[in-house]
Amino acid sequence: MSQSLEAYLILSVLLFGIGVFGFLAKRNAIAMLMSIELMLNSVNLAIIAFGAFTPELAAQFSTIALFVIALAAGEATVGLAIVIAIYRNRRTPLVDEYASMKE
Amino acid sequence: MELPGTVPYLDWRWDDLIFLLLAGVMLGSALLVVLGRDIIRSALWLILTFAALAGIYGLLGSAFLAISQVLVYVGAIAVLILFAVMITQSKRGPAKLVFQRQWWAGALAAIVLVLLMATTILLTEWDAAESVQVAEARDIALTLFGDYLFAFVALGVLLLAGVIGALYLAKRDDDMPQTNDPLRAIDEEEVA
Repeated sequence: MSQSLEAYLILSVLLFGIGVFGFLAKRNAIAMLMSIELMLNSVNLAIIAFGAFTPELAAQFSTIALFVIALAAGEATVGLAIVIAIYRNRRTPLVDEYASMKE
Repeated sequence: MELPGTVPYLDWRWDDLIFLLLAGVMLGSALLVVLGRDIIRSALWLILTFAALAGIYGLLGSAFLAISQVLVYVGAIAVLILFAVMITQSKRGPAKLVFQRQWWAGALAAIVLVLLMATTILLTEWDAAESVQVAEARDIALTLFGDYLFAFVALGVLLLAGVIGALYLAKRDDDMPQTNDPLRAIDEEEVA
């Protein structure tokens, strides 16, 4: 089981699904960012699994996964800064109360 | 990972058992991240998810990526998220209702997406190797600083821009117009 590509891909898909549900259903902006991190991690797991089962491309896939980790770090930094900036103005982290464009 | 023989009484290979354990821990804690009510606990479960995922990377033969995962996610991003939770924790926002009213549509979309991708994976004939290929850190370094050198440097510039942008967004502006003063904004909301 641990030596088959399908098992890792199914695991990655399940994690991605959990992330999608969290992003669509949560009200808290930080919880939504956490769900985005879950989705990025699941994609990374898929990339590394592909690399591990393709002998001639293992180093390339690992490099791409490293890039994804670094980009996720940048995304988390900017995303959380935006949430904090909005929180300064609106005094709430709940996204369904950000309704100033509707008013 | 070379462990002798099989698991006693179960007749499983050891790495299968470790894979199942890590996968269970990872999916369980990811579900708790999404379904939990307390945002601090969600953040702590998220750390456990990242750690279990690092273990799975190790099982896949990428020790270097497992270490990077622990350093970047467990070490840096988790702390960042915990700090953001601490800053935006307020008594005014009740934590009772964690989900939006349309959460069922989100659940439906996620389930349909998972089923679609799972059937695609199971129906495809993968041209995969029989066993896990170990990615040596030396090979990764040669690739990173060879073919991907420009991408590596560009990523460094991107991270610098990200940090500067984050500082600019999150810093307290004293020169802003008065409506951006949070306390005044609250007063105006309550008046209106």
